[in-house]
Amino acid sequence: MDGRILPVIEVQDLYKSFGGVNAVDGIGFRVDAGQTVALLGGNGAGKTTTISMLLGLLSPSAGSVKVLGASMPDERHKALGCMNFSSPYVDLPKRLRVWENLTVYAHLYGIRDVKGRIAELSDDLELGGFLERPFGELSAGQKTRVALAKSLLNAPKLMLMDEPTASLDPDTGDWVRGYLERYRAKTGATILLASHNMGEVERLADNVLMMRAGKIVDEGAPNDLIQRHGRENLEQVFLDIARGQNKGQAQTNDRGGAAA
Amino acid sequence: MNDMQTPFQIPSDVCAPQGAFSPRRIQALMLRHLYVLRRSWPRLLELAYWPLIQMILWGFVTKFFMGHSSWVAEAAAVLISAVLLWDVLFRANLGVSLPFIEEMWSRNLAQLFVSPLRDAELIAALVLMSLVRTLISVTPAALLALPLYDVWVFELGITLLAFFTNLLFFGAVIGITVAALILRFGLGAESLCWLGIFLLAPVSAIYYPVSALPEWLQWVALSLPSAHTFEGMRAVLFDGVFMWNHFFWAVGLNAVMLAGAALFFLYMMKRARIKGLLMQQGE
Repeated sequence: MDGRILPVIEVQDLYKSFGGVNAVDGIGFRVDAGQTVALLGGNGAGKTTTISMLLGLLSPSAGSVKVLGASMPDERHKALGCMNFSSPYVDLPKRLRVWENLTVYAHLYGIRDVKGRIAELSDDLELGGFLERPFGELSAGQKTRVALAKSLLNAPKLMLMDEPTASLDPDTGDWVRGYLERYRAKTGATILLASHNMGEVERLADNVLMMRAGKIVDEGAPNDLIQRHGRENLEQVFLDIARGQNKGQAQTNDRGGAAA
Repeated sequence: MNDMQTPFQIPSDVCAPQGAFSPRRIQALMLRHLYVLRRSWPRLLELAYWPLIQMILWGFVTKFFMGHSSWVAEAAAVLISAVLLWDVLFRANLGVSLPFIEEMWSRNLAQLFVSPLRDAELIAALVLMSLVRTLISVTPAALLALPLYDVWVFELGITLLAFFTNLLFFGAVIGITVAALILRFGLGAESLCWLGIFLLAPVSAIYYPVSALPEWLQWVALSLPSAHTFEGMRAVLFDGVFMWNHFFWAVGLNAVMLAGAALFFLYMMKRARIKGLLMQQGE
């Protein structure tokens, strides 16, 4: 052992191709404990594909993915109990009431005091008003809070979030971001999120990985990226990169495996 | 919303090493389907409805044939028992495949597979749910046969349990295979739930002996646990003899086929991870 602290996520020279097209094209990065890292990029940039490989839902075509020391997807069962996932694009059973959904997942995650844990999360996330309602009858904001509760059942060391505030009104979106900030501050959890919301990324992320066409084309703290590109905010940086323009420093890093 | 709250209680039992095969996770997945069933009377009614209709229909057919067929007259319960046991096979198949499809309909598969649930636990939960759904399906029809036709199928005693178990497992074999194919080909292939089982019906010798089939088809029939089970049922009803050879053939074939179906499902799961199908499932 060389005494280095093991990263929570370590991705090396990762490729995923579908029908000869590289959806993820030789990326590499690491995320250390307690960090919040954002994957940023336009539609089809490879964010969801990357998250799917981190979750063990998708096998890489080449390269390696290690999460909490476990090689994904082969050793996923070493890590899955300590991590969780939230996405507006993945539902919970609609006919089950909210408490039933949370009970099922609490058992799946091996929580001993199921009722107590659901009561705690219900207080934290203010689910009390609709615990008895079927998930399918909830509003988008309520569904997001239930999905968040599900993703917090096991108090994960690592949370992967795919567009956590998509389709939410500004007030609810702001509340979710505030909750994530407080959760991280209290627990030291590591968060990796994919988002199109630049304000969200500026507020939450310590580090941003900018993706385009399956590659990480730039990386840095939000303020560093803004300065480096000579822009006023992250949205302008995002547009530069998404459109293939580079102003300011005009530098597009070839990130192939170099960040790990 | 209460932004000032800072509760974040962390349960002490999470992130502990998870067992390789957990009865609790199987129970959790069963709970998910039992929650739906216990509150939905239309679903419960639907489960029992078709076996009841079949029983009524075939009961009257039996009554008619009693006076017109010496074969049926020899054992009045033969058609009614066949109807019931066919429903065991049919419902056992649906009992596995439908709960699996329901996870796809509700776009819940990805949530399940990023939890600590193992593929083998999913299969075990589906088979156990199949047992529950099959019992709910066929019990009312079995009870109805007594007042309507004076046939008490439970007279078959322990042999009924042998037939039931063999058909339950064979139904599960078909259900697991269908679930694996639907995982691979998507919800467009969901009609396989019904098509697959009916493909095997003619060679399962449900209402007629295997000897009624052309010789080459008899070999196909005898390679299926279902044909051995229905032959065994007729031997009990006509001759009062439990044919151990048919029983052991059915058990052996089921064991091999169940292992094969489970391996096929695991292989399809692996393919789904390569092709990225687990994130895409849904209506």
